[in-house]
Amino acid sequence: MPNPDTVHQSTLYEKRKAVFPKAVDGRFRRFKWLVMIITLGIYYVTPWLRWDRGPYAPDQAVLVDLAHRRFYMFSIEIWPQEFYFVAGLLIMAGIGLFVITSAVGRAWCGYSCPQTVWTDLFQHVDRLIDGDRNAQMRLEAAPWGPGKIARRAVKWTIYLVISFWTGGAWIMYFADAPTLTREFWAGEAAGVAYATVGVLTATTFIFGGFMREQICIYMCPWPRIQTAMLDEKSLLVTYKDWRGEPRGSVKQAQKNPGEVGDCIDCNGCVNVCPTGYDIRNGPDIACITCALCIDECDKVMKQIGRPRGLIDYATLEDCALERAGGTPRPISRALFHTRTLIYVGVWAAIGFALLFALGNRARLDLSVQKDRNPPYMLLSNGELRNAYTVKLRNMESRPRPMEVSLDGLPGGVMWTDDMARDKAARTLKFDVAADRADPLRFYVVAPAETRPQHFEFKLKALDAEGGEDESKVRFDAPGEDEDE
Amino acid sequence: MSNKHIDEPTGVETVGHEWDGIEELNNPLPRWWLITFYLTIVFAIGYVVVYPAIPFLNKGSEGIWGWTSRGQLAKEMDAAQAGRAATLAALEQTPIEQLPGNPDLLRKAIAGGKAAFRVNCVQCHGAGAAGGIGYPNLNDDDWLWGGNLKEIEASITNGIRQPGNDLTHASLMPNFGKDGILTPAQVSETADYVLSLSGKAPLNANGKLAFEANCVVCHGADGKGMRSVGAPNLTDAIWLYGGSKEQVAGSINKAHAGVMPAWGGKLDGVTIKMLATYVHSLGGGEDFSEAPTQPAAGTPGNAKP
Repeated sequence: MPNPDTVHQSTLYEKRKAVFPKAVDGRFRRFKWLVMIITLGIYYVTPWLRWDRGPYAPDQAVLVDLAHRRFYMFSIEIWPQEFYFVAGLLIMAGIGLFVITSAVGRAWCGYSCPQTVWTDLFQHVDRLIDGDRNAQMRLEAAPWGPGKIARRAVKWTIYLVISFWTGGAWIMYFADAPTLTREFWAGEAAGVAYATVGVLTATTFIFGGFMREQICIYMCPWPRIQTAMLDEKSLLVTYKDWRGEPRGSVKQAQKNPGEVGDCIDCNGCVNVCPTGYDIRNGPDIACITCALCIDECDKVMKQIGRPRGLIDYATLEDCALERAGGTPRPISRALFHTRTLIYVGVWAAIGFALLFALGNRARLDLSVQKDRNPPYMLLSNGELRNAYTVKLRNMESRPRPMEVSLDGLPGGVMWTDDMARDKAARTLKFDVAADRADPLRFYVVAPAETRPQHFEFKLKALDAEGGEDESKVRFDAPGEDEDE
Repeated sequence: MSNKHIDEPTGVETVGHEWDGIEELNNPLPRWWLITFYLTIVFAIGYVVVYPAIPFLNKGSEGIWGWTSRGQLAKEMDAAQAGRAATLAALEQTPIEQLPGNPDLLRKAIAGGKAAFRVNCVQCHGAGAAGGIGYPNLNDDDWLWGGNLKEIEASITNGIRQPGNDLTHASLMPNFGKDGILTPAQVSETADYVLSLSGKAPLNANGKLAFEANCVVCHGADGKGMRSVGAPNLTDAIWLYGGSKEQVAGSINKAHAGVMPAWGGKLDGVTIKMLATYVHSLGGGEDFSEAPTQPAAGTPGNAKP
């Protein structure tokens, strides 16, 4: 076990100790590069992808069109009342985090969390401008002079450019990207666009450039939630103290064989850690399991000719097994245990339910609202008239021919307020504009003796794709209800 | 007596006072908190200078920006008014009979009319414009004085039976019973005959005679009324003052002669125009029976000989 005296004790009012992580190479570092390229690529490039939806809809592949209340994602178009798809996706994202945590521990924190990715990016900028860890520390300690000012200016300018680009990419999801870019630079974009870019530039600059690991350790709720989700079957980055302790240099090991462990106390693992944590103190909220210490330690072990894996991914169960002299199970065994499978099941069930709903959702809709003041009208020839506000909703991005007909209400005919009364009929045809839900005012007239009753408006699409909807409404008239 | 010293376990200086052996550590406030605190003070000074803030005996300080909530409201009202100006000007210039040819303007006029109706008309005609006994229902297809846009506009402008207004709709039905023109029995028989016109009662021969002698001048031989004098159609299903025997007989006995204000003196022409379009849009509006007026000179199109 680690020596309790060396265990990191954070105290209140502690001043931040700046972290200058050393550059490292290895398989996990290369994986981190890959994840960074993919995630940043998705983030920056997605708004610029085009997707042809015909002449009546925007051609941006992913677009949150707040002004027109539409959400486009490739071939899927979501209306506000279908927001449960987005809610479902968010729930899946949440449970997805559970799945990841259960299967591979804090992999989200270590590889793909935006805070991690941007911090990593900014730390590469630090190395590019100031040099590696030692140079950065020297510069930090150096008094302010022209050289330091110049370096800081260049570095913070690059921070700002990255931050601005980050904020700028965000707003592209909410409007046509090329148009918005032109408007943005011409000063014609909406004020909220500039405000959003300003806020996101500031947060990226501050969180990525300066606060860094403090976000993870002090501000983020997720590590704290994860501490409740991790168990003895969770993959953690682990220092195998039974193999490493007591620490001693290579020379000591040669002098006293068998008395010192594999750890040569080179502090490489601490030097490369992006949060400045010493993994040899055991699991901690400060360890985001990015595994860079594994890369560094493996490199050192190779140099001194000892087997790799002094620091390695392992579960607490495996540690106990190994400590007792057993052989550890392969990592792949740790990925699949009951809890993970349950999470995957729930996650997949929601996913399939969403896909099913997506495949079966109606692309046309009829909604009818009855005028209630006055409930009914007596016409001069004794007939009774009721008025309705009818919405024919066409959710396709092309105009569609549709017909509305009356079902029930014997002798009833209808017309709309923009057509002549003498064209009244039991079936009316409409060309419903693309991607619209325009309200129409319907008058329904029934013979004098009609009693209050219910009837249905029926909507039918007349094109090849078809589709139907109906809406049951009341016809008000004097006298007793016919239905009862 | 100050006795500042470094506290051993925490390494923090004390404030230098001691109460029965209890000492207090001098942990400073967090710097971000202090900076925020000082910034709020700076902000407050600026706020007091530019906004009304300090109460004096009779009135408060005005602030160098001169802002007031009333002034802001006035400004917003002016901005709203300015936003409507173009539409109102267009409505002013467009004769009401040409509005149906301009659906966009008509739509705006109807919306404006709806708002004006709620302020000026609902007291008698009701929120749904369904009226009541003595107050015409504006949704139906029965019009005493005509139901096209121009006729509705005229009715609103000049009102009904407004003394001193030459253009007001002023018809007077005699009080046949009250003034002794018809005997009570004749009134009852005439009422029966009137109801028979819409099939609500069997034909009454005496009533027919009385009707032909007294009523056809205005209501017509067939009882279908005459819009030029505002005589209602007695053969339809709609009764302004009720369609029961008692109600009809009562109307013959003593005419009602309902009134409506002449809105021309109270509302501006554009508002009246908007009200007319709204009333017309309620479902009973009539088209112009004669050919619509020629489009104004300079209107493109219509070059056919």
